Amino acid sequence: MIRTEELLLNVGPQHPSTHGVFRIVVKLDGEVITEATPVMGYLHRGTEKLAESLNFTQIIPYTDRMDYVSAMTNNYVLVHAVETMMGLEVPLRAEFLRLIVMELQRVASHLVWWGTYLLDIGAMSPFLYAFRDREIIINLFNELCGARLTYNYMRVGGVKWDAPPGWMDKVKDFIPYMEKKLEEYDKLVSGNEIFLARIKGVGQYDAATAIDHGLSGANLRCTGVRWDLRRDEPYSLYSRFEFDVPIGHNGDCYDRYLVRLEEIRQSLRILKQAVEQFPSDGETMGKVPRVIRPPVGETYVRIESPRGEIGCHIVSKGKAEPYRLKFRRPSFVNLQILPKLLVGETMTNLITILGGIDIVVGEVDC
Amino acid sequence: MGAWLNEPLTWGSALILFLWSTVFLLIVLGFVTYAIYYERKVIGWMQLRIGPNRVGPFGLLQTVADIFKLLIKEDTIPRRADRLLFIIAPALAFIPSFTVLAVIPYTEKLYFADLNVGLLYYVALSGITTLAMVLGGWASNNKYALLGGMRSAAQMISYEVPLVISIVGVILLSGSLNLRDIVAAQGGGWFWSWNLFPQIIGFIVFYIAAVSELNRTPFDLPEAESELVAGYHVEYSGFRFAFFMLAEYVYVYAIAALTTVLFLGGWHAPAPFLDFVPGIIWFLLKFAFIVFSLFWIRATFPRVRVDQLMSLGWKVLLPVALLNVFLTALYLELFVK
Repeated sequence: MIRTEELLLNVGPQHPSTHGVFRIVVKLDGEVITEATPVMGYLHRGTEKLAESLNFTQIIPYTDRMDYVSAMTNNYVLVHAVETMMGLEVPLRAEFLRLIVMELQRVASHLVWWGTYLLDIGAMSPFLYAFRDREIIINLFNELCGARLTYNYMRVGGVKWDAPPGWMDKVKDFIPYMEKKLEEYDKLVSGNEIFLARIKGVGQYDAATAIDHGLSGANLRCTGVRWDLRRDEPYSLYSRFEFDVPIGHNGDCYDRYLVRLEEIRQSLRILKQAVEQFPSDGETMGKVPRVIRPPVGETYVRIESPRGEIGCHIVSKGKAEPYRLKFRRPSFVNLQILPKLLVGETMTNLITILGGIDIVVGEVDC
Repeated sequence: MGAWLNEPLTWGSALILFLWSTVFLLIVLGFVTYAIYYERKVIGWMQLRIGPNRVGPFGLLQTVADIFKLLIKEDTIPRRADRLLFIIAPALAFIPSFTVLAVIPYTEKLYFADLNVGLLYYVALSGITTLAMVLGGWASNNKYALLGGMRSAAQMISYEVPLVISIVGVILLSGSLNLRDIVAAQGGGWFWSWNLFPQIIGFIVFYIAAVSELNRTPFDLPEAESELVAGYHVEYSGFRFAFFMLAEYVYVYAIAALTTVLFLGGWHAPAPFLDFVPGIIWFLLKFAFIVFSLFWIRATFPRVRVDQLMSLGWKVLLPVALLNVFLTALYLELFVK
């Protein structure tokens, strides 16, 4: 008689495809997963607790380090929450700059996802193509605020730096360039038979399951739910622009892939309009008290980050520091569906599904 | 070389054969060194990178430096590994990869063994390397390595079969298992007398199965780095690891040479008026193109999934290969006989 036993396999925290220090303990029967337990917390830095002893301007750099692939949207959710609490007016030029950097960031973030996802699936070249194009955005940010990854760009009431001369023209040039490159991406990858066979029908769930698990972003839209906070609860200046919210129908990895690629196109569309309407002069900082003390009370604001709904809940006791600060991190929430999706899948599909969810471990662990 | 082989074995001819083998070993090692360089450069350029350019002129000594680094690295063996098997596996992977090269004819005169079952010899020996991967994966006492080893066993079984059947058509056409006779049968004029065109189905099946046998993208499942970290050689370091890599690249050499011999007419020129160019040049050109195509595929395709790999092997390649044998036999029966 052959004695068989289940194989307990530790995927991570130092596995090349867990995108950082995420870990999943899987029980394998052959190559089929019978049980999967995500283990997180390897990158926990206690951002929320640390924030309780910092004033609001000091918290901004910490938000950069949460979702480090999309730092600008994290900056925004914090300053937006404080501004909402205090009822501050943000100058138009500053708000335009914020919106432009946020949309550029969305493109950059989806490019990172696209490249690393293809790398997970085993194609090496797309990763480098994606990073070539992301590099342009990173350079734009570098010119704007002197940092490539952790920007610390936004402030309560405005932005720290105005756009340098000629910057907006570079953004303008980037839009048609990126549109052309997207076609190239489609030619290289989107129709590839092996790629389609790998991701079509993998990690499928329906809209009800997605809503039950609190999914947001592309993970929700791939099931056919047209929910995008930029359109449904417009913040910043999004109500001024025309754009579509792409949705999928099958709720599988392939739909998530298509939704994200289409979101890049829609972001470029927003950018095109925003660059045209950009006010030629104006302040970049509104009138803000020297010490930022939100009034006593609570506020919850939410915006659409590239990964989904990112929320910021501030409880203030009228001091310069928040009494309690809580972030709703989309990566963390989206991850909750993972153990359910993995049972019955193979080891290979584990990587495909995990990559399709698009997590950033800095944000999962906060 | 052919002349020496037919003489009775004396001390003198044994010495010459030994020297030739050593020269050949050095040629193949040189090939491996520069195939790695070539691959890194080609893929680098395809991926907007530069590739090695620091060590030596144009980075030509990069691989030498890498091998030197592997040589002086600490040789680690996991504590609970099966030491004997762990040590044997790299050598077992490497030896057959080298042995199969003996039967490949480069030109009419230059060959190392004139075996009348040359093709069978190649196919039989190349299977042994998979055994080494399974052994290495098992002996490492690592779960990823075990999965990699198991995958490589499954892959070998599934793809060895279509590989062998796809070349049956070639054997039928030339009526011989001897690789020299197979090349000779393709000679005589233009490139359409090569096996590539009458055996196009066989060629496609052979090529796909060969890429799979080589464990290269898109069939690099045994070492799939995004799933299994490094697969069967995850615990190997230093020169033992180098041996696995060496075997892999020697097989690239072997498969490219075999493809040239079986389907691309070996040393024959593509057109009669080009006959003045030495045969070895034609051989090397065709050979280099096949090697290049392998690198090209690596830079283009994602990896297939393990169950898809199996179904492709058994449900597509095998029936197609059998159909090819049938068609070839039918053609020979009806038109040639």
